[in-house]
Amino acid sequence: MNAEAVLKKAEALRLSSRLLTHVKEKAIESLLLFAALTSVAITVGIVGVLVYESIGFFRHISLLEFLTDTQWTPLFSEPHYGILPLVCGTVVTTVVALLVAVPMGSLIAIYLSEYAARSMRETIKPALELLSAVPTVVYGYFALLFVTPALQTLWPDVPGFNMLSAGLVIGIMIVPYVSSVSEDAMRAVPVHLREGAFALGATRMQTALRVVFPSALSGITAAYVLGISRAIGETMVVAIAAGMQPTLTWNPLEPAATMTAYIVQVSLGDLPHGSVGYQTIFATGLTLLLMTLVFNVAGHVLKKRYRQVY
Amino acid sequence: MWLDMFLKSDIDKSINPNVVRRRILRSRLRDRLFALGGLVVMAAACLVLLALLLQLAYDGMGRVSWQFVISYPSRFASQAGILSAWIGTILVMFLTALTAIPLGMGAAVYLEEYAPKNWMTDLIEINIANLAGVPSIVYGLMALGLLVYEFHLGQSFLTAGLTLAMLILPMVIIATREALRAVPPQIREAAYAVGATKWQTVRDHVVPYSMGGILTGMILALSRAVGETAPLITVGALSFIAFLPHSPLTLEFPFLSFQWLFDPFTVMPIQMFNWISRPQDEFHINAAAAGVILLLMTLAMNALAITVRARFRKRIHW
Repeated sequence: MNAEAVLKKAEALRLSSRLLTHVKEKAIESLLLFAALTSVAITVGIVGVLVYESIGFFRHISLLEFLTDTQWTPLFSEPHYGILPLVCGTVVTTVVALLVAVPMGSLIAIYLSEYAARSMRETIKPALELLSAVPTVVYGYFALLFVTPALQTLWPDVPGFNMLSAGLVIGIMIVPYVSSVSEDAMRAVPVHLREGAFALGATRMQTALRVVFPSALSGITAAYVLGISRAIGETMVVAIAAGMQPTLTWNPLEPAATMTAYIVQVSLGDLPHGSVGYQTIFATGLTLLLMTLVFNVAGHVLKKRYRQVY
Repeated sequence: MWLDMFLKSDIDKSINPNVVRRRILRSRLRDRLFALGGLVVMAAACLVLLALLLQLAYDGMGRVSWQFVISYPSRFASQAGILSAWIGTILVMFLTALTAIPLGMGAAVYLEEYAPKNWMTDLIEINIANLAGVPSIVYGLMALGLLVYEFHLGQSFLTAGLTLAMLILPMVIIATREALRAVPPQIREAAYAVGATKWQTVRDHVVPYSMGGILTGMILALSRAVGETAPLITVGALSFIAFLPHSPLTLEFPFLSFQWLFDPFTVMPIQMFNWISRPQDEFHINAAAAGVILLLMTLAMNALAITVRARFRKRIHW
């Protein structure tokens, strides 16, 4: 009888400890789920804040004026709220950056993946990735105090602030991103495709350009899109080197503010919370976010379309 | 008949050994030139960057001194220093790490080990991929609207730390997930086989084995945060702070003070930006000196990450 009671008690204890373990496991799982959901909360926060403040902005300024006015002077006594000059500045610096980064990044990627010896690849690639750790404000210093004076020795009448030097430096800055991701994509192309090309008598260049590059196009497109998205969102280089004056011009030798530079400029001053001037940076930020979103989505779509299964 | 002859002569012509040889030579030459071009472009990219870094060091090294490190910013370029900036950077990084690392690791463990395949998991995954592509200044705007004005945290260390934590969270999650994925499933199965619960498996096996990769990812993410400028300008970093925040340690009970969390802040890149945007050359030299120190900080963190990765890789053999 006594033994039976002890057994019963032991059984109950075992059950309750199992229950406890179960509860603890569940609690931990929900804690981890909570951590995962914070990332969603951040997105909700970003979209929520930008949309909320932009609604306040568009209550004062019509969407039509925002999109078609060719002047951006929200802080003047006679304010104009046309986003075009800022978008134009962003587009010009981004295009200049891409003209540098896409050819250079692609060539470096092809060289590293198809020509370079293993030891060389193993040293160059981490070194290039290390460069992406250089703070952007340091790149801004280069653009203003190194590239611009260099340009001025070529063309003496280049102004101290110009989009060209900012664009060139952003281009150099994103070369490691473009080359690193494209190289990964090209290395993922199976060796037997290369061997097939070699067997037909193709040189390495022919193999690289006509077999490997097209097969890796999905990853390479993703690399370009990543680069574009970075160049659009880049802030410090343009804020330091491209000037703060919103100007509607396609000439990269002129100074002009980008969307990001404008946000920095307003943040450096102290505009009262809730004023239209304060809301302009959120409307600008929303435009910026939408532009990068378009590129990210386009990248995903392209990636799917070109994806080949080996 | 005529067509037949024509074709034959054409084939004869194209297998003429001289033509073929010339062709091969030409494409080999092109191949060589292409390889040379690739090498030149790569060398050019590396050289340009090296030249820029050397220029920065050349401009700034003369200004780097102990006095520079322990002085507050000043109106006079020759007396200005970075004391408030580097202390600010350390405090902000501390807050960032304290927030981003547990949240990022938790999220990664959930997604990699727990998450069922359903719409919510898909949503979180897509969301993280997209967050990684959001420009950093947008995080600053969000922090300005939400943390500064909605939660009334002010333009403080706390706001700065949380802003950067949100910014690097996707990076931390992605790096941790990669590290967890590298642990072979047999390890987990072995743990389950001896009766471990899921959490015990994760805590005692999966996470410790992937610690090398996780640590590397964390250090790299933090080194990115050290150099971030734009989001902190947006939340209102001050670039001229000639005082230190309240000390986190006090002499009286309970010896810890959280007053510093709400003090105004500055960090290294902000200080550097402030000096760059002044017109005088003397301040540009200060900026270069701050840049040298900032660069050394990030490079040291990256070197640490590489060492950590190498050490852990050596220790674990599957």
